[in-house]
Amino acid sequence: MFQETALSGQITFFQKLRSLDYILLLCILILGLVSSLSMYSTEGGEILYHTKSHILRFLVFFSMMLILSFVNLKFWHSTGYLFYFVVLCLLIWASLYGVKASGSQRWVDLYFINLQPSELMKVAIIICFAKFYHRTQIHTVNSFKNLIVPIVILILPILLVVSQPDLGTSILIGLSGLVVLWLSGVNAKYFIYSSLILFISLPFIISFLKPYQKSRILTFFNPDRDPLGAGYQIIQSKIAVGSGGLSGKGFLKGTQSYLDFLPEKHTDFIFTLFSEEHGFIGSVLLLLLYAIIIYRTAKIGASARSFFGKLFCYGFASSLFIFVTVNMSMVLGLLPIVGSPLPIMSYGGSSMLATMIGFSVVMSTKIYQKQIIA
Amino acid sequence: MINFSSDTSYRKQSVVSRRMFILSAAKLLVFGGIVAKLFSLQINQNKKYLTLSDKNRLREWKLPPIRGDFQDFFGNIIAGNLKVYQLHVIPEQVENFNNLIVRVKDILDLDQKTLNKIIKKKNSQKPWETLIVSENLSWDQFVKINFYLHELSGVKPVLSVARSYPYNENYTHLLGYVSQASQNDLVNNEEIKKKHVPGLRVGKIGLEKSLENELIGMNGVQRYEVNAFGKRINQIDHIEGQKGKSIKLTVDTKIQQKCNELLKDKAGSISVMDVYTGDIIAMHSSPSFDPNLFLYGISYKNWENIRNNPKKPLINRSITGLYPPGSTIKPIVALSALENNIISTKFKVNCSGKIEMYGQTYNCWKKKGHGVVNLRDALKVSCDTFFYEMSRRLGVDRLNETAKKFGLGEKVFKNLFNEEKIGLIPSTEWKKNVLGRGWVLGETLITGIGQGYIQTTPLQLCLMTAQLANGGFKINPKIIVNKNDPTFEEIKSKMSENLEKIIKGPDFDDALLDFKITPNKNNGLFKPLFRNQENVKFVLDAMYASTNEVRGTSYSSRIKDKKYQFAGKTGTSQVKRITEAQRELDLDISQIPYEDRDHALYVAFGPYKNPRYALSIVIEHGGSGGSAAAPIAKKLFKLIIDRHEEREKININYNNLQT
Repeated sequence: MFQETALSGQITFFQKLRSLDYILLLCILILGLVSSLSMYSTEGGEILYHTKSHILRFLVFFSMMLILSFVNLKFWHSTGYLFYFVVLCLLIWASLYGVKASGSQRWVDLYFINLQPSELMKVAIIICFAKFYHRTQIHTVNSFKNLIVPIVILILPILLVVSQPDLGTSILIGLSGLVVLWLSGVNAKYFIYSSLILFISLPFIISFLKPYQKSRILTFFNPDRDPLGAGYQIIQSKIAVGSGGLSGKGFLKGTQSYLDFLPEKHTDFIFTLFSEEHGFIGSVLLLLLYAIIIYRTAKIGASARSFFGKLFCYGFASSLFIFVTVNMSMVLGLLPIVGSPLPIMSYGGSSMLATMIGFSVVMSTKIYQKQIIA
Repeated sequence: MINFSSDTSYRKQSVVSRRMFILSAAKLLVFGGIVAKLFSLQINQNKKYLTLSDKNRLREWKLPPIRGDFQDFFGNIIAGNLKVYQLHVIPEQVENFNNLIVRVKDILDLDQKTLNKIIKKKNSQKPWETLIVSENLSWDQFVKINFYLHELSGVKPVLSVARSYPYNENYTHLLGYVSQASQNDLVNNEEIKKKHVPGLRVGKIGLEKSLENELIGMNGVQRYEVNAFGKRINQIDHIEGQKGKSIKLTVDTKIQQKCNELLKDKAGSISVMDVYTGDIIAMHSSPSFDPNLFLYGISYKNWENIRNNPKKPLINRSITGLYPPGSTIKPIVALSALENNIISTKFKVNCSGKIEMYGQTYNCWKKKGHGVVNLRDALKVSCDTFFYEMSRRLGVDRLNETAKKFGLGEKVFKNLFNEEKIGLIPSTEWKKNVLGRGWVLGETLITGIGQGYIQTTPLQLCLMTAQLANGGFKINPKIIVNKNDPTFEEIKSKMSENLEKIIKGPDFDDALLDFKITPNKNNGLFKPLFRNQENVKFVLDAMYASTNEVRGTSYSSRIKDKKYQFAGKTGTSQVKRITEAQRELDLDISQIPYEDRDHALYVAFGPYKNPRYALSIVIEHGGSGGSAAAPIAKKLFKLIIDRHEEREKININYNNLQT
């Protein structure tokens, strides 16, 4: 059925180069360009610190991604647990000796970069689960041991990130993990039961939240509760998006962001700025760009022969989808405000690094799609 | 084993593919939801959010409107706007307000009290509203502030305008004054509320208050784009305000100033009126005060001075001062008696100094009596005995009718001044309704010499005199120049036209009936107020005698020159009932306490041959009309007549403009 050469893993460099997914790469490049222009706009049409470092990071991490794409998929498979473990250690380090900023301790000072391990965990958890389920037999997926271990793997980083405190990222890590668990065949009833339990225990969880987190959730249900305090961000964000109209106010002409009404405009609210300047058409096109990226990633997964590669691609595509929708829903007022960057668009090195690592695994899967990992 | 493994592997693959398929369907749904939300925000609710965004970014600053001027008849500005240097601060643009204000205090050398006031004011307004630190910087202060400006960020020295009254106390009661709008002003006047900005000045009394809505003008608007912190980024729009309407008055500043001078140190009022056009030439109440004092909030000391002055400078005596007219009412009493055919001009009374009637003694002002007098003599020497007898025959109700016709007992300016008083012309009906008691005949007698219940304002007396002087026609008293008002010539011809109608009528009484039936829209303007003009002419001649013939009460104040010759009637109204004993004493004026002294009154018109102006003079507690009031008329009339020529020149220009 299959050609021997492919199976043996002896692929020439040019074959590898040819088998790269160029549509995906192009989409990522376009996204990089759009994000750089948006960053330029957040700074009022000047190339300042944020724009410079964003472009630099994009170029560095994109090149890194291209190089890492040629690494054999087996490498990712064999270092799956190690990667997870290293990131977990970084998380512990962050919570012990991390850099404090605006009330939370999220960063690890690595001298050349301030790393946010929780962002890397978003990818690490997928690789880890992909490796775990690669080994697991289908009929043992729902066994007690095979349920407890992934839950522990998932709970540990979530607890660490929550304690930073960083509710947004921990929810996103949880969602990324859960989506892989779902894909790998964990019985649907467990999801139903646990979501029921979560729903019932929600009031108790809320009572443990910090006051600012509580007020964010209350604000979500009624933004006018405190229009100059907790509700300010969401109200101003909706005004910005809504005033964009069909075709937007034009590049560099978003008054809401230019006049500083938008908070966090270069990180979590970058989509608001984009939407204000480019309107409904621009927003839908951006959403389409993300849809293509997610689709191409999933498509690579579909044609991968190794279960590790397939599960990773499906998982990564799904978590990308989650990050994009959570961020957009948040700025459009569909979800409460939780810190969640828009992949590649938002300013932030760790998030960009994690996303690029994810893409390099995806590319590697594409190059080695016919390889079977024992 | 291999088979098994490949089988499970295949099953694993199919599970993951199936679940990915379900997930992808869910993803499409969620993306659809996001697009729907985008659509609803950006397309459906675009208008709403666009307005909200503009509301966010645009902020308007209302600028104070510039108040309209007041001009006198010759175009001199009598209430205008003066350029002033002010110091403004917008608190939200200042990093540390407290430091800044202390620094400003040092530079301007302000005292602690002023500083506290400024801080209180700052706390009461919104942080982006302009705070006026000083409304009237001296040139030195202005220069000093500009010198230190670089270290006072957020402070703005501004060139602004403020009300000024160049003639100080001369027009105070007429124009009123402006001061900061109070809460009351905002509640009572929509226009003020609409145009209010911090520091806005509005009229408090007088014409400044009555004509507020015309004077106030339109606010200018500055529209700025601001950022989230309220900092002005750039100016989008500047709409120029509109200056309020300039209002031209009929008054003559020269004459007004002369009135002020003549009334110096006296409490009283002078009013001068054109007997045809009804133009108020001057209207002054004394003592007065400087309205400029109220502009920046009057100081406690100044306010106490004004308030505690026993002569009460705050009262506008010309229209709110109520005085018994005394003998100045006699021309009307005489006219009423003639008009009602009570007596003929030949009727004579023997005055012995007093008359016994209804069991009481009524005294003539002259203890020795005037002897036998006829009507003309009675007016000339102001014989009270004659008027007691004549009033007794006339009756108070007929007198009331004539007096009201000539403008007593009602407001001279209908609604122009809130504070204007109506006065009181008694009648039997009035006493029954208001006091609940029947009229006593003795009261008719004292009403006939202008004492008792009767009360008039100085301006009413002026109008009365004017309407006699023009031959007995109703005129329209006015103080604001209106280009559509009829000119002297038009009025004169209208009057003679109306006179013809009476003469041509088959019978006097029928003609009068005719006037009553036809409803005339002008309220009988320029219509005769008499039945027989001969009666009016008789009264005017008697007034001439009173001033220009020997033994007349104001003979000593006469002017011989025909050009300036005037005719008038003195009045001395009692403030207190005098007992017989006091009467015997015959005290000199300086021996009576000020509050008990008589009011001196004088009404006059001139030039006698062709009367154009009427005046009334009231000197509160001034003594007798002949000695205190009439000499003032003599000093004033020369100027009034001289100014007439100047006035005519303006009128001619006016008429040329119209054609």
